[in-house]
Amino acid sequence: MRYLPLTPHDRAEMLATIGVASIDDLFVDVPAAARRGGLVDLPLHAGEFEVEREMMELAGRNRSAGQGPFFCGAGAYKHHVPASVDHLIQRSEFLTSYTPYQPEIAQGTLQVLFEFQTQVAALTGMEVANASLYDGSTATAEAVMMASRITRRNKAVLSPGLHPHYAETVQTLAHAVGMDIERMPLAIDAEAEVVAHIGPDTACVVVQTPNLFGTATDVSKIAAAAQAAGALLIVVTTEAVSYGLLKSPGAMGADIAVAEGQSIGVGLNYGGPYVGLFACREKYVRQAPGRLCGETVDADGRRGFVLTLSTREQHIRRDKATSNICTNSGLCALAFSIHMSLLGEAGLRRLAALNHQAARRLAARIAEVPGFQVLTPRYFNEIAVRTPIPAEHLVQLLADHGILGGVPVSRLDPGAGMDDVLLLAATELTRPADIEILARATTRLLSQ
Amino acid sequence: MTMNSVGRPTRPEGEPLNDYLHPTLTGARGLLQDEALIFELGGWDKTGVDLEAPEFDASDLGDLVRAEPIGLPGLSEPEAMRHYVRLSQKNHAIDLALYPLGSCTMKHNPRLNEKAARLPGFGDVHPLQPISTVQGALALMDKLAHWLKTLTGMPAVALTPKAGAHGELCGLLCIRAAHEANGQGHRKTVLTPTSAHGTNPATAAFVGYTVQEIAQTADGRVDLADLEAKLGPHVAAIMVTNPNTCGLFEREVVEIARLTHAAGAYFYCDGANFNAIVGRVRPGDLGVDAMHINLHKTFSTPHGGGGPGAGPVVLSQALAPHAPTPWVVHGDDGFELVERAEGQAEAAFGRMCAFHGQMGMFVRAYAYMLSHGADGLRQVAEDAVLNANYLKAVLSAEMSPAFPDGPCMHEALFDDAWLEGTGVTTLDFAKAMIDEGFHPMTMYFPLVVHGAMLIEPTETEPKAELDRFADALLKLARAAKAGDVDRFKGAPYHAPLRRLDETQAARKPRLRWTAPEAPKMAAE
Repeated sequence: MRYLPLTPHDRAEMLATIGVASIDDLFVDVPAAARRGGLVDLPLHAGEFEVEREMMELAGRNRSAGQGPFFCGAGAYKHHVPASVDHLIQRSEFLTSYTPYQPEIAQGTLQVLFEFQTQVAALTGMEVANASLYDGSTATAEAVMMASRITRRNKAVLSPGLHPHYAETVQTLAHAVGMDIERMPLAIDAEAEVVAHIGPDTACVVVQTPNLFGTATDVSKIAAAAQAAGALLIVVTTEAVSYGLLKSPGAMGADIAVAEGQSIGVGLNYGGPYVGLFACREKYVRQAPGRLCGETVDADGRRGFVLTLSTREQHIRRDKATSNICTNSGLCALAFSIHMSLLGEAGLRRLAALNHQAARRLAARIAEVPGFQVLTPRYFNEIAVRTPIPAEHLVQLLADHGILGGVPVSRLDPGAGMDDVLLLAATELTRPADIEILARATTRLLSQ
Repeated sequence: MTMNSVGRPTRPEGEPLNDYLHPTLTGARGLLQDEALIFELGGWDKTGVDLEAPEFDASDLGDLVRAEPIGLPGLSEPEAMRHYVRLSQKNHAIDLALYPLGSCTMKHNPRLNEKAARLPGFGDVHPLQPISTVQGALALMDKLAHWLKTLTGMPAVALTPKAGAHGELCGLLCIRAAHEANGQGHRKTVLTPTSAHGTNPATAAFVGYTVQEIAQTADGRVDLADLEAKLGPHVAAIMVTNPNTCGLFEREVVEIARLTHAAGAYFYCDGANFNAIVGRVRPGDLGVDAMHINLHKTFSTPHGGGGPGAGPVVLSQALAPHAPTPWVVHGDDGFELVERAEGQAEAAFGRMCAFHGQMGMFVRAYAYMLSHGADGLRQVAEDAVLNANYLKAVLSAEMSPAFPDGPCMHEALFDDAWLEGTGVTTLDFAKAMIDEGFHPMTMYFPLVVHGAMLIEPTETEPKAELDRFADALLKLARAAKAGDVDRFKGAPYHAPLRRLDETQAARKPRLRWTAPEAPKMAAE
């Protein structure tokens, strides 16, 4: 077996050194009833090309985003990732290293995390950021728990534009810890209404911008209202490229900013792994979840980096920890950081402008299709449109014609009464020709 | 896997000691460059990505547009390559040498798995595409589930948890939902051994359970009498790692399960150490109700410097209906995805995360399983256990095993009794290992053994590497006993950095780069 270096001769020699007769003698502590003599009922080992063939066969049964016109978003976006990013994250020293517990021999990972934290803090306009969480949805749930710890209050208000998967992730965790969640029904542009739901027991308000429908909102007034009531404002962003064009959460008064970082450096991967961005005000950092990397010096006075404030964490505090998180999303954070370093501020701003431009072209063209109406009033790179037939049906028809034509809202929340609302995203990869194909195909399919 | 605070580096002791070699003039050490932060490399108007200039402006967004600068430097591609390659060279990695972190299972990461995960049919697929366009992805999830269920002898698996700790959360939420469904929602205590991973009590407390510890016997196992005394109508679950964190199989695991079930509680097994028994023992045969499987341990998905992981949870029949959505089912026209907690999923406890879990890790783990097959996976467990017992036997010449009697499983645990009187601590010894080219073992964990050193070689180490490692440790042990204390107290001397001041890092946290203040005028 190509991954197992021991030879039969090695094994015999090692058993002799140990002083036992056979490998079974090393499993004597297993209760006799649970010892399995034979093999489990699964196929036997396979060579590299046989495995590759099966994986290619399975992969071939999926339609990939790059195969044709593509307009899906709703929390995951298709962007170009420079070739150097994927090359670098496959360096053995990044790919096959562990969490940097021994800082003297993990400065590569640690310096990257320090740079990543600085980049995330800058993008979100916040004072500090952590070394990443699993993804945007779990980061949102962690932020809600953190707000409850800080305010010692028990209720959270979820805004009407919050991604339903995010809302469900929050609700699941909140139910477990006994928090009270008020989830407002889906609406395209009703963020301001959350203010009326803030009460003396409100720990936090969770507002997504751009929201599920692509609507971008200035949350400054919501921040002021929340803070006046002693609550925190958590701003959620699922499209990190938007930071390059829109006002940052910090500039609008957010107390905690969380995001899905997949758009920068990480592929679609059918939903994971992704990378959760988490940033907050410095005064709250000791209540933050996850790993934090900090600067220090070594015995010779040289600058170095270590994981720090670990007294918040499970391996020290056990049942008193701020979160149970151990692993984060290190390699995806590395990919994010490399891509962001390649972009730089100039590149990110241009990338964001190109995304916005593509969405404007998409909105203008799709509005010309009979029966379609653009519903999103202010958007970055994603719009909601009203469709003349159920959106789920239209998306299936388009898929049958080789077009991945967006995400129906009913897929995410069938009870929202939005069966005729379709989410369409455009990025720098969306060409005018792709938009034209979508518009023409839609026109043709609807006239049949 | 976790490490405890006890004995973690606080402040480096003594004076700077870098006179063991000529200090260089630039801060570089031979080929090891002294690499600045990206924020110090300039490039505030630089970019390494060529993008066309947009034709539209963003005037339609009015004052939603960012007014303030972001503060992000850019690098051209050659500068980026240098920066990250230079940084990479300051890391230890499994591809460089044995990485003996006990309970972490640092094994070889096959590159075929990386290649498979990058096939466009897996890597470039959107999670919300129509189901008809993702049949291969759902088929892979279904196959992975089949393998995990068959290997564990459990009837169901929840795939979505994103890491081991997330899996623990998933398992406890299933248990809680089952208790609530059975009118047992008043059960609020979770029992866990003192030797448990930190994530166990952290997870239990996070979801509102009170954690009570179970005592351990002198031979490193759960104390059955203490367990029996603490079980009762208030106990929701026990969380026991098996093989446990002392590297030992819980001989009485079937009795543990029986007592737990008799008390109306569920048995959560921390599956971090499944690598030791895969293909040889099925947790389902031991009475386990829920167990997470770290795909990044047993099934070789890369650790990536701290994730991403994946922590699917296998479930017993009693817990299966409460598994979180989404999951894959066989429908009339191929595979379907149950995405909402209604209909057949009405008892689901909710959703762990957006979308469907760590697909990229599923692909890698499945490729690994196919490569090994039923026979290879059994050999994995056997070689992992053989390698650990071999190291235990060889190292016992100078070091004291915590549990000398009987075999260990996949990891060998030593205490620090053999260092007594040398003035060298477990931490010092570990740091000296760095100078000899090895990553230290897990230290000061589990908590039940004084100065613990937990060594897990894994099955992917050749005998020659085990011998090289053992030889280094034995030489170090003899040096410590011979009074060569400086070798340890000041270590590491030869790493990219010397011991780091963690106390300062925590006291005055500097968690991001900030621009240096403008230099003051000389007159001031």
